Amino acid sequence: MGVAGRKRQASREAVEAVWRIESARIVAGLARLVQDIGLAEELAQDALVVALEQWPREGVPANPGGWLMSTAKHRAVDLLRRRTTYQRKLQELGREVESRPDPTEAELAAALDSERIDDDLLRLIFTACHPVLPTEGRVALTLRLLGGLRTDEIARAFLVSEPTVGQRITRAKRTLAAKRVPFELPPRAELADRLGSVLEVVYLVFNEGYSATAGNDWTRPALCAEALRLGRILAGLMPEQAEVHGLVALLELQASRIPARTGPDGEPVLLPDQDRRRWDRLLVRRGLAALDRAESLGIGPYTLQAAIAACHARARTAAETDWVRIAALYRVLVHVSPSPIIELNRAVAVGNATGPADGLAIVDTLLAEPVLAAYPQLPAVRGDLLARLGRQEEARREFTRAAELTRNAQERALFLHRAAAPDADAAPGPVE
Amino acid sequence: MRYLTLLRATRTIAPPPPELMEAIMQLGEEATAAGALLDQGGLAPSAEGARMQVAAGKLSVTDGPFAEAKEMISYAVYEVRSKEEAVEWVSRFLKLHRDMWPGWEGESEVLRVFGPEDFAPPA
Repeated sequence: MGVAGRKRQASREAVEAVWRIESARIVAGLARLVQDIGLAEELAQDALVVALEQWPREGVPANPGGWLMSTAKHRAVDLLRRRTTYQRKLQELGREVESRPDPTEAELAAALDSERIDDDLLRLIFTACHPVLPTEGRVALTLRLLGGLRTDEIARAFLVSEPTVGQRITRAKRTLAAKRVPFELPPRAELADRLGSVLEVVYLVFNEGYSATAGNDWTRPALCAEALRLGRILAGLMPEQAEVHGLVALLELQASRIPARTGPDGEPVLLPDQDRRRWDRLLVRRGLAALDRAESLGIGPYTLQAAIAACHARARTAAETDWVRIAALYRVLVHVSPSPIIELNRAVAVGNATGPADGLAIVDTLLAEPVLAAYPQLPAVRGDLLARLGRQEEARREFTRAAELTRNAQERALFLHRAAAPDADAAPGPVE
Repeated sequence: MRYLTLLRATRTIAPPPPELMEAIMQLGEEATAAGALLDQGGLAPSAEGARMQVAAGKLSVTDGPFAEAKEMISYAVYEVRSKEEAVEWVSRFLKLHRDMWPGWEGESEVLRVFGPEDFAPPA
């Protein structure tokens, strides 16, 4: 590749980098103009195509983001003009058409100014995560529109085929149009629920990367990073919402452990066994700061989970973990957000705070829970508590059962190891 | 992917204009809001620092200032999806210096910080 070739190549990558940084804001600004996120995305993509043609030839403009924005905006304006002309013609023919008032030049100019873009970005997030959409549709649309990810990248990250992701996105856009979901911020009365739907999507994306129920594709850590990026953007857009900071705190703290969660052969390393020197201190610091912000604003399920994660982050060794505080936090959490899985986590905390018998008593209330019927962590936790009570034979059966239930090969090896030697001194960690 | 960037001034003929500082803060705000900027800080003159060395089996400490004219003036840590994205943010930062601080010259290094992806087990 000659010098010119290298320059061109670098420029193409530069175009894509600018696109990644700016695309969500461009789509958001256009969506308010045309009131249709599918159309907005097409217009923005058109601008990208123009940039990919022009920039490698003519150089990257001084303000590449602004260039993309104004190119897309001109296309939007042309489209709206054609549309209003078309509508006028239809009206002349005496047909009844549903019409929006003609946008004035000033309205069009204001449409993409930077102060309003923040609101537009928020509208885009709330629309992409709208509860009329199925969860998988919300996730795919969010990664596409807010993350600027290509369909093939989303497909690889979620271990599904590219056409499947494409269909999810197309269907989601169609549903938004068919249900006439306005490109608006939710009314105050709906804000809490709608925000919950947004935070759920972000957390799902993170967990998809973090829990790795199957596969070990390199794109999975990238999903955690993408969720963190979305969370941080939300925190900037909605600084007054406690739970947004709570979720960001939770993600930063969980992500801080990623370097220590896997052993040299890819085997999972549970929290009590992690080499805490490998935790990402920058993320710990950011997580604790986000938790402070969240706690100064209110309390909610994400903030409580972050507070629990912070107890681990603050303990220099597993032995120094403040299990009494963690057990208390789980008690509040299970009250505000009842769930058998949280109750199982509480059992682990109580087992460490006041003894395995107390933990076992809680686990035993969960044995008939249908949600946990095939959940490998239930027998795993029970097995650990039994082992610590000296009931090795029962513990062995529980670990064997856990190994049968898990889909993750590394986890299976871990459970089989415990089944062979149930009294191995691994202290139980939270169910991650 | 995490990147550390270091800014070094190679030629300074006047103190930075206040508008530049304002513009830098604004850009920092933007990069933070975009979820890209994780950490940043300005660096005091090397007169307040020290240089340490191990050579020929000996550890030595030399107080600043350091002899050369190039002073390291700031650092930033970005979390981005590609090197080009890091380069794009740093370009914006350097363009502010170029456009608002006449006569100033400097250089930046954009270095990737190893992350979990570098220690991933073989697929």
